[in-house]
Amino acid sequence: MATGTQSFPKQAGQPDWIDRLEQFKTPFFYAILIAWAIICLAPLYFTLVFSLKPVENAYTAPIWWPTPFTLANYDTVLRSFDLFPRWLMNSTIVAVVTTALRVLFCSMAGYAFARIEFPFKNFLFNALLLSMMMPGVVTLIPKFLIIGPGILRGGLEIGSLTIPTGFNMIDKLGGVILPHVADAFGVFMMTQFYKSFPKELEEAATIDGTGRLGTFFRIVLPVSQTQLITLALLTFQGEWNRFMEPLLILRSPENFTLPLGLQWFRGEYYTLYSIVLAGSLFNTLPILVLFFLFQRYFIQSIATTGSKEA
Amino acid sequence: MATRLNRAKWNEAAMGYLFTLPWLFIFFTFIVFSIGYAFYLSFTKYNLLSPPEVWGLEGYRRVLSDELFMTKALPNTFKYTLIVVPLQTFISLVLAFAMDQKLRLRRVFRTIFYLPSVTSSVVISLIFVWLFAPQGVINQIFRLSVNWLDNVNTAFYVIMGMNIFTTSGTLMLIFLSGLQDIPTSLYEAAEIDGADKMQSFLYVTIPMLRPVIFFVVTVGVIGCFQVFDQIFVMTAGGPLDSTTTLTYLIYKWAFRDTTIKMGQAAAAAVILSLIILGVTLLQRRVIEGSGSSTA
Repeated sequence: MATGTQSFPKQAGQPDWIDRLEQFKTPFFYAILIAWAIICLAPLYFTLVFSLKPVENAYTAPIWWPTPFTLANYDTVLRSFDLFPRWLMNSTIVAVVTTALRVLFCSMAGYAFARIEFPFKNFLFNALLLSMMMPGVVTLIPKFLIIGPGILRGGLEIGSLTIPTGFNMIDKLGGVILPHVADAFGVFMMTQFYKSFPKELEEAATIDGTGRLGTFFRIVLPVSQTQLITLALLTFQGEWNRFMEPLLILRSPENFTLPLGLQWFRGEYYTLYSIVLAGSLFNTLPILVLFFLFQRYFIQSIATTGSKEA
Repeated sequence: MATRLNRAKWNEAAMGYLFTLPWLFIFFTFIVFSIGYAFYLSFTKYNLLSPPEVWGLEGYRRVLSDELFMTKALPNTFKYTLIVVPLQTFISLVLAFAMDQKLRLRRVFRTIFYLPSVTSSVVISLIFVWLFAPQGVINQIFRLSVNWLDNVNTAFYVIMGMNIFTTSGTLMLIFLSGLQDIPTSLYEAAEIDGADKMQSFLYVTIPMLRPVIFFVVTVGVIGCFQVFDQIFVMTAGGPLDSTTTLTYLIYKWAFRDTTIKMGQAAAAAVILSLIILGVTLLQRRVIEGSGSSTA
């Protein structure tokens, strides 16, 4: 794009007003950036301020500074209210396990689509692309039934044999994890990546007599690091923040994930909003840390999602 | 020789299926089978207590003659999408242009803009419920006494505003990477041809960004039509159903109402999906048909 305020030789026919506008360009863009930055920071700032004020001051001035100051809300979150650490733990389990499995399964399938010849490959890949267009809401109810009670209550009876038609994972973290361990977008992303990946490395390994599995795990996976981290971050963030599926599947408070727990806590103890605010910051903090550590990959992951259609 | 070749081929095929097996399992269980089962359920009456009972199009008829669906959820969802998508696209595009000016501190700005997007929908909703409470910070700053989330004239707009606020950062980054992908040679060529800034913006930047705009609008439409978390946390569809959207209504019918209506909810989900697919295809024609044929 144009290089800031640097002036270009004036062309014939260019109206004067455009030139005159040029000089206001930089301040104008700064104003936009600063205004939006304030909008972005304000809610988090107020959350931080009020999480450092006593619970009974959740709605009282001053709003700009935490007076009177207290760490009591954080103490409640971390020590006196046992459910918070449990929710933190549950969220961590769900996010870490889903991320690890999704990265592994998607890169395996992506590698197969890019490199291995097998019957119905193109058909399956087209089905995968088609499924990416499908809105998630349509499978909401069947997914719930499959994870939980099954599509036939009490199972399918054939003679004396009863075959369960569901995973029976209501109120279990596994029920939140299972449907998301592999998905079309992840496979698509990895397929695109492996298609552009030089074949020579693998060929060398094949000559050495290393089988497909060995080649994949010992050679291909380690060199796909960047792409794997990108997919991992995308997944972790999505799973850490997920709400709808845990809401449908998890039932008892000790099995809740953090977002679900915070929402539930708000309903049970609506007068203790400062604690909700402190807890909210705990939900945001891990992602923020990851974001600062892996900023480059986050930006890359968004660029990747963006170029999916292009 | 032939058998050996055959063997190698078989091995290769087996490897292909071994590698794709986990994904295939999830795909067939939770996508292929689920879609089929959703269609089946949409033609049944199902309350979870007794087995689904096929009743043809009765579920669809009930959905389309349901007052809450027709007069609240459907118009609300369209209103929500029609307000949020253009605004978030416009704001993120403007932010991306501002970021593309190579101003100082742009990395800091980029980080700040992305903050609302890393915060979970539930957490940001909980924060906004508190900010917009009757004695909340917003009323204190502007010296108002509006009960934002309990007022039919304001509740939905607060949710819309919050959503625009949370998504614009991500969309800005998508636009920014799109802008940076436009080759400088194109601008140079336009300049040689005597194009001024405005013209090169209109005839180079915008056409080159078309696929990205299409993507951002599509993602926006799909997301907006299925908005749920924010509604659930902030208003639970109220006050007076003024924030009830289609996905919230589907949830309500399938999981929350005293008499569970899974079949009817499945029918509504099928209708919603068809609407989303239709709108996506329509807008693909609008955005791409009007210009060069970028696939």
